[in-house]
Amino acid sequence: MSHSTLAPRLADYWLTIYRRTWKGTVVSSFVTPLLYVVSLGVLLGGFVEADPARLDGATSYVDFVAPGMLAAASMQLVFSQLTYNVFGGIRWHKTYYAMTATPLGVADVVQAQVGYVLARVLLGALVFCLVLAPFGIFASVGGGVVAVAVQALVALAFATPVFAFSAWISHESAFALLFRLGMLPLFLFSGAFFPVDNLGPALSRLATVSPLWHGVELTRMASLGTWQAGPALLHVAYLAVLGVVGYLLAVRALTRRLVS
Amino acid sequence: MISARGLHKSFGDFEAVRGIDVEVRRGEAFGFLGPNGAGKSSTMRMVAAVSPVSAGELRILGLDPATHGPDIRARIGVCPQDDTLDLELNVLDNLYIYGRYFGIGRKELRERCDQLLDFVQLGEKRHAKVDDLSGGMKRRLTIARSLVNRPELLLLDEPTTGLDPQARHVLWDRLFRLKQQGVTIVLTTHYMDEAEQLCDRLVVMDAGRIVAEGSPAQLIRDHSTREVAELRFGPEQHDDHEQIAVRVADVVGDAGRVEVLPDRLLLYTADGEAAVQAVMERGLHPVATLVRRSSLEDVFLRLTGRSLVD
Ligand SMILES: Nc1ncnc2c1ncn2[C@@H]1O[C@H](COP(=O)(O)OP(=O)(O)OP(=O)(O)O)[C@@H](O)[C@H]1O
Ligand SMILES: [Mg+2]
Repeated sequence: MSHSTLAPRLADYWLTIYRRTWKGTVVSSFVTPLLYVVSLGVLLGGFVEADPARLDGATSYVDFVAPGMLAAASMQLVFSQLTYNVFGGIRWHKTYYAMTATPLGVADVVQAQVGYVLARVLLGALVFCLVLAPFGIFASVGGGVVAVAVQALVALAFATPVFAFSAWISHESAFALLFRLGMLPLFLFSGAFFPVDNLGPALSRLATVSPLWHGVELTRMASLGTWQAGPALLHVAYLAVLGVVGYLLAVRALTRRLVS
Repeated sequence: MISARGLHKSFGDFEAVRGIDVEVRRGEAFGFLGPNGAGKSSTMRMVAAVSPVSAGELRILGLDPATHGPDIRARIGVCPQDDTLDLELNVLDNLYIYGRYFGIGRKELRERCDQLLDFVQLGEKRHAKVDDLSGGMKRRLTIARSLVNRPELLLLDEPTTGLDPQARHVLWDRLFRLKQQGVTIVLTTHYMDEAEQLCDRLVVMDAGRIVAEGSPAQLIRDHSTREVAELRFGPEQHDDHEQIAVRVADVVGDAGRVEVLPDRLLLYTADGEAAVQAVMERGLHPVATLVRRSSLEDVFLRLTGRSLVD
């Protein structure tokens, strides 16, 4: 039976959850980007004497690294929101069982939670960019706005696969692997902090598989104003496909857990 | 309201429900009675349209749960065996948020929440954390939650397990009122008194099958005698129970029988006092005797050879 999504009915639930947590996140969401940009961009960047030709068109290291940090932060927020929370909703809190005892279906539940995380990423990105703006990172105001918007796509590409993973695993110890072998290498080697060319020809090609690399490239184009239609479309398509495939897997995995 | 034919539920190779036929009519209070693992919850979950039917036919409110799950769930109320309350939310939010899942408008919902909290006597706890509620209060909140969409059919899986007698009676009273308002109630229970109090009709389930069906009175009539005499002997005589059973076999009359339990003997007979008298006259001296009317517990013992509550 095909009916339109009932995900909006979960809005009050997620708003209530957010209201309980936002105070704890508000300070760190302002301070974290500041710490990053000062330590990595300004202080470390002071030592980096890179050839501007190799910085994707950035004129300084701080301009190069800031959009990378933005995309990486978006990814990290997704991981923090959709690992233990999803696993716990199945195992510990049984919240999903309550939801699916009502007219809501598994797909509605996945859509709503991914939507919530996307909203949080957008909010975080907005703060991030407001904090960075005084450092003259963005080529234009419009570029900053697009850089924020791009984070929704970055978040989607991670949110649905991570959701699927969290619903699929049978023991929480798998998260340690996900963080160490998944998120950390992505964080370090996706061109956020240095151009992937530095990895050498073989590894740099491998790095282009990383969704974060696509996200970083896209964010950097927006913030530096160095758009190239072809590559940009490719990045968008790659992230969108991941988001869609991840969504299908997430619905399947959660169905397998909840419907027996 | 519910119609099941040859209903099956399998988990891998294991068959939890092995072909049951059930009809529940509008306005009725219907019970599933049975010991642990009988398949009561498995059946309830299929009826609640959250667990797919393995084989057989099931219609709830005339609809097929395989194709109309959301439509069915919109019109029923479910109180699962294990509470699924959100421990992070307070009492009122648990109710309110759940109501939103049914698409109930905010204003209307706020009114309903107030009414329901009064109905289950949790009005004063509205801002308490669910974690701080007692077991009975949590159960009452779960029941309030299952009523938030004004269901035509209410499914209660062991609504009073783990509650003290007073809390049980409060709940029974609330369920009775709902029934009077025309809500069809289906419940599972281990408790005979609960089934006798609440159910117009019930089925006894054992190992995935229905072993008897009828009203409580009818089941007792069909499967037990009018009275039961319970004889308890001292612990030193527990090993002799079988032997004693043989010695008193003829005091119960043709329609009666003797049941041997680890701690007592049950004499099923039309006249309990007379049976106790006859036992004494044979020089047997139970340390305690009790004569009572037959209950569903006895029906269950008769049908399955096992006690219902271990
Ligand atoms: N999801 C499941 N996977 C595998 N086996 C299950 C599952 N759910 C129930 N069972 C098995 O099916 C049988 C019936 O279980 P069910 O929960 O329906 O019994 P019940 O009558 O509700 O018992 P209780 O009185 O203990 O609640 C049990 O043997 C149980 O182990
Ligand atoms: Mg059960």
